[in-house]
Amino acid sequence: MNGDNVEKKLYNKLVMNHKPKEKRGQNAFIAFVVGGLMGVIGQLLVEFYSYYLDISSSDASVFMIVTLIFFASLFTALGFFDKWVNFARCGLIIPITGFAHSMTSAAIEYKKEGFVTGLGANMFKLAGTVILYGVVSAYIFGFIRLIIMGGA
Amino acid sequence: MTTKYKNVYINDVATVVGPYEYKGPLSKRFDKHYEDMYFGCDSLECAEVKLMSDSIDLVLKKAKQEKSDVDLFIAGDLQNQITASCYTALKLERPFLGIYSACATNTEGLLLGANFIESKMADNVLVSVSSHNMVSEKQFRNPTEYGGPKPGTATFTATGGASCLLTNKKGKVKIESSTIGIPIDMAQTDPLHMGSVMAPAAAYTINKHLSDLDRTVDDYDLILTGDLGIFGKEILRDYIKSEYSIDLKDKYNDCGVMLYDLKKQKEVQAGGSGPVCSALVVYSDIIKKLEEGQLKRVLYVATGALFNPTMVFQKENILSIAHAISLESVL
Repeated sequence: MNGDNVEKKLYNKLVMNHKPKEKRGQNAFIAFVVGGLMGVIGQLLVEFYSYYLDISSSDASVFMIVTLIFFASLFTALGFFDKWVNFARCGLIIPITGFAHSMTSAAIEYKKEGFVTGLGANMFKLAGTVILYGVVSAYIFGFIRLIIMGGA
Repeated sequence: MTTKYKNVYINDVATVVGPYEYKGPLSKRFDKHYEDMYFGCDSLECAEVKLMSDSIDLVLKKAKQEKSDVDLFIAGDLQNQITASCYTALKLERPFLGIYSACATNTEGLLLGANFIESKMADNVLVSVSSHNMVSEKQFRNPTEYGGPKPGTATFTATGGASCLLTNKKGKVKIESSTIGIPIDMAQTDPLHMGSVMAPAAAYTINKHLSDLDRTVDDYDLILTGDLGIFGKEILRDYIKSEYSIDLKDKYNDCGVMLYDLKKQKEVQAGGSGPVCSALVVYSDIIKKLEEGQLKRVLYVATGALFNPTMVFQKENILSIAHAISLESVL
């Protein structure tokens, strides 16, 4: 029955006893290796673009980000990127690939409800938070930098 | 509330499943299966309507009955506003009651139908449930193509439609009694550990059923819970022993654990869930064993987490409920 607080605490203890252990070490290791690989791929792309297209490395990093976003979205649409993300976890979620994956998956999901009421309204369902707080924190830190360093 | 019935029988049952369920240990016992998740429909939501409609067509065919023989149609599913049931009912054109108790919907439907038949208000009652893995993922969790990891305690919503035709004419299996549960709140808040949310509801209803009828676990050949999963199953075993001093011994199993091969089908994590999960196991496996007399009496306790994403985001607890029906072999 609906127990009092003591009973609820006891029950919670019972639940915790039966909780499976997450393989934190293994997960962290996989995320570390895959995340590192993403960094290597990113750096190779920057080198590639700046060498062959004769552009500055800051321009090349924009090209690199666009390339990663393109492939993460393409692989999501082809239907196997979710399995990669599930395996590599933060190794693929934290880089820009995770952001692209969350947007593409939402876009695919809500396409059936129309381009405005479905895709448009829901595409940022997962990524909207990242954008909002990304912009807000960029503004705050930019402001701090302006005050302390005089905008340098 | 526990009610005994004298005159409620199961005429026939039918099950339709998706690809994941067909790969499980009960594969050969389902009446029909599909290889993909759309079944030729345009959207996943419509696909679920097809699952339920298919199961109704099948059960009427198996029982050699017409649509017009159905006096009352009771159905429920997981979609918002129980949409799959409503659109199915539109095609059936029979008096329709839509119900919702999350994954406990099937026993709620069966016991309501049994009450209508026992009170002679209806002769034939059709009870259907459905759920669709991707519809539930979309509605309750993240987009289906999003691969964010889930903990091992998460369960996998089963894809399928299941129908049961109840009748007042004598058959091989009867519904002998039922117990209606109460909503339970044990301060659980993890939507990815539904087993822990529902186990106390199952324990309450099992205890209530046994004490109301003055029976013990030994009066049953099998006690089945709906979809607690491997961890919820162990929680229930321990909890019901400490709270109600009931030892379930080797007579207890969980439909969520039975529907899939948990060793091979890693994607289902802790087991199956959804209103159709327990219905698929009971209709494909348990009813046959009752018909053949391998089992004499089975207590079927479907468990539902009355989970609403909005309330969870507002830091409210997740409620649960369990309804029980006792099935008996007539031999």
